[in-house]
Amino acid sequence: MNQLHTPLQQRGIKLQVLETKAIEVTDLTVAYQDKPVLWDIDLDVPPGVLLSIVGPNGAGKTTLIKAILGLVRPAAGNVLIYDKPYEVQRGIVGYVPQRGTVDWDFPTNVLDVVMMGRYGALGWIRRPGRQERELAMQALEKVGLETYTTRQISQLSGGQQQRVFLARALVQDATVYLMDEPFQGVDATTERAIITLLQELRANGKTVIVVHHDLQTVEDYFDWVMLLNIRRIASGPVADTFTSDNLRQTYGGRVAFVKK
Amino acid sequence: METLNILNRFDYTLMIVAIGAALLGAVSGALGTYAVLRRQSLLGDAISHAALPGIAIAFLLTGSKTPLILVLGAAIAGWLGTLLIMSIVRMTRIKYDSALGVVLSTFFGFGLVLHTFIQRTGNANQAGLDTFLFGQAATILERDIVTMGILGSVAILITVIFWKELKLLIFDEGFAASLGFSTRALDILLTSLLVIAIVLGLQAVGAVLMSAMLVAPAVAARQWTDRLSVMMLLAACFGILAGVSGTIISSSASRIPTGPTIVLCATVVVGFSIVFALNRGLLWDWMRQRRNRQGLEAAANRLFKEPQQGGD
Amino acid sequence: MLQGHFEIQLIAIVTAVACALPGVYLVLRRMTLMSDAISHAILPGIVLAFFLTHSLSSPLLILAAAGTGVLTVVFVELLQRTKLIKEDAAIGLTFPALFSIGVILISRFAGNVHLDIDAVLLGELAYAPLNRLKVAGYDLGPVSLYVMGVMLVLNLVFILLFYKELKLATFDASLAATLGFAPVLIHYGLMTLVSMTTVGAFDAVGSILVVALIAGPPATAYLMTDRLSRMLILSAVIGSVNAVSGYWVAYLFDVSIAGAIATMTLLIFGLVFLVVPNRGVIAIARRHARQKWEFAQTMLVIHLLNHEGLPEAEAESEITHLYEHLRWDPTFATQVVRYALNNQCVLQQETQLILTEQGRSIAQQALVQ
Repeated sequence: MNQLHTPLQQRGIKLQVLETKAIEVTDLTVAYQDKPVLWDIDLDVPPGVLLSIVGPNGAGKTTLIKAILGLVRPAAGNVLIYDKPYEVQRGIVGYVPQRGTVDWDFPTNVLDVVMMGRYGALGWIRRPGRQERELAMQALEKVGLETYTTRQISQLSGGQQQRVFLARALVQDATVYLMDEPFQGVDATTERAIITLLQELRANGKTVIVVHHDLQTVEDYFDWVMLLNIRRIASGPVADTFTSDNLRQTYGGRVAFVKK
Repeated sequence: METLNILNRFDYTLMIVAIGAALLGAVSGALGTYAVLRRQSLLGDAISHAALPGIAIAFLLTGSKTPLILVLGAAIAGWLGTLLIMSIVRMTRIKYDSALGVVLSTFFGFGLVLHTFIQRTGNANQAGLDTFLFGQAATILERDIVTMGILGSVAILITVIFWKELKLLIFDEGFAASLGFSTRALDILLTSLLVIAIVLGLQAVGAVLMSAMLVAPAVAARQWTDRLSVMMLLAACFGILAGVSGTIISSSASRIPTGPTIVLCATVVVGFSIVFALNRGLLWDWMRQRRNRQGLEAAANRLFKEPQQGGD
Repeated sequence: MLQGHFEIQLIAIVTAVACALPGVYLVLRRMTLMSDAISHAILPGIVLAFFLTHSLSSPLLILAAAGTGVLTVVFVELLQRTKLIKEDAAIGLTFPALFSIGVILISRFAGNVHLDIDAVLLGELAYAPLNRLKVAGYDLGPVSLYVMGVMLVLNLVFILLFYKELKLATFDASLAATLGFAPVLIHYGLMTLVSMTTVGAFDAVGSILVVALIAGPPATAYLMTDRLSRMLILSAVIGSVNAVSGYWVAYLFDVSIAGAIATMTLLIFGLVFLVVPNRGVIAIARRHARQKWEFAQTMLVIHLLNHEGLPEAEAESEITHLYEHLRWDPTFATQVVRYALNNQCVLQQETQLILTEQGRSIAQQALVQ
């Protein structure tokens, strides 16, 4: 493993982190038609951290998540998940899209949505069976919705819908989780329950990346943070990175948040 | 007397037409479920209108009136129309509704030009425009039923095989893509299924009313169930119901066209479902509200009386 | 003969402009399909009025049809409000049902009178001049010219009078409501006009192709301009061009006039779609090609800036390894470096690329935009 790096070291390059990275984004640029939305992003995420991506509206947070998932094609740069491209690693990646992107009036129930998390492992055509059902039930228990299995999804509250999505990601049994605003529109109790769950995932060695809006809770909830506004302003452990200076750079003068 | 009349009329031809209408109702009802859930109810309208130039060109190229060739032409033109709508939406700032309206009407206009051109060349052997617009259920033959049956079965079989993938695509496209399913391929598959359902229905109900055959059964079915599989099954049943009852009603008296009657039957099913469906229906909703209000009033009464009782 | 040419074209132009003007608002309000629904759904209104008046050109016909059209809009909105049906499905349900009623009424009761469905659906512009307006024995011209002329004037007056209100209701309905401009009233006013215009036009072009007149020119104009006023004028011009060119195509090939107008609408839309400056497919492709180098150069300088002064800078600015970092094709990377060197955005020092002042400012500008 180390031998692979020798040529680089001979050229006098210091390699600070030699161990594997859960996610390694290098020089990623994404443009929608003519307009660039992400400029030359670098991001290294070590395994087992709970990282939040924060930045103003239109900073490209969702785009970054989508680029990591291969849902948008980058103009330049590269994404590796445990040293391999996403196409190879999609089995170890779980995804929670924004709740608002789906039609909750779709005729299906809670258990069915959660089982969708197994579809990737099942592949084309094969149907979910008893095993998938059991996994889905376990995931629903973890998010506290085990009594809601046959509930039509439109009858759920916002927080419950978010927990269904979370359960769906849990049954993916992933190593790396990418979540797009999992706290949006949920009440305080649900928010606490979700963050406890995410911290539990981290304790089990999973890497969790969360697009987050609420600057007030970053320090309480997360151990790593990435500040993003079209380019990466900073990323690293919250204590070093979540500074007033970096925040001002990210949000311009518009940040009303006063750091404690 | 009238009933007897109907029974007498239930002869072989009528049976063939009824079977054809039932097949059409089943296939378009089932596949319309996808269109309604994707909020593409009017795409069917666009595809059915855009099919006209395809039929005319197929006829001009081959000189043949064989249904299969004309259906193929219709399918290709319908497909191209859909493709153009998607390209316009993707590449310009014109929104879906305008793109759909422009393609629908101008493709149809081009078809009309070709049609008058064919008429002028004196080729009397052409398929009538009226048939295209309103269908001609009475002309359904046994071999048409075989064609419809085979194509419809293939379409239904495909939905069964790709059930899980299509459901995921419609519910959460981004998640489907993240799992590695090719959403583009699924999208093409879904549109193709829609095109099949539409070209099958053109002969029976025609281009103008085809969209109703896709939309109405699915909308009605949605009111009765919260499960996709049940919804699709119900939509197919409602489609059959509308097809058969429409055929029988229109044959029971003179000068009642079949296509519009089938559409009206489907509409009646929708109206009934919206009002009377369990849980979701308007009547149910009204009763629930009334019950809630009564409960509230009772609670309020108790609340206001309590201090007095306490005083006693 | 010459007069025939002239009159038909005049009717076609007046009809096209009368349809295109309210069409602009439908396209901007994403309600184009409502015109499709209205144009079909007015059939029962026309039929019932026809039974009463036994005339196809009675003003009552237009009023009845307009009433049915507005009723369609109301009905679609009511269906939506139940929350049981989405908008697209509500439209897709309502107009076929009403249209079916109309068709059944016609074939059941109007078999021997002059009202056939083809005329309603397809229209025939060629016959439009045959129906003359005669007052005291004087021939004042074709009736449909007057009908559509009145509709054109009505539409124009409505748009000119309520220009500001329409604009506000189109782009920000809630603001319009808070300012007291009653967007609902404006909405129904517009829908009434669309219904009346549609029924006036079906005589000439029929109810399917009227959608081409309503949606086609505004959609084409929308590709060409950002300004509402310009879009209105352009739509009117494009509508007229479609009408006249369509007429001559129909004349040359002896085909349906309305169909030819719709075909020209498609062709001209397609042409604009391809070649219009700035927004056309070709313009975008050319801009992409031109900007490709510009964009790549910006990516390069930003890349260098991002790593400037950091421990990994040397590795990141190594020319021969650049393509690995940016995931570019090696030849493309070489070309980009040459392009950037030519523009003096970067300097080469041995195997390293160094940002120049110019390169740094380009990168910084790109980042703050």
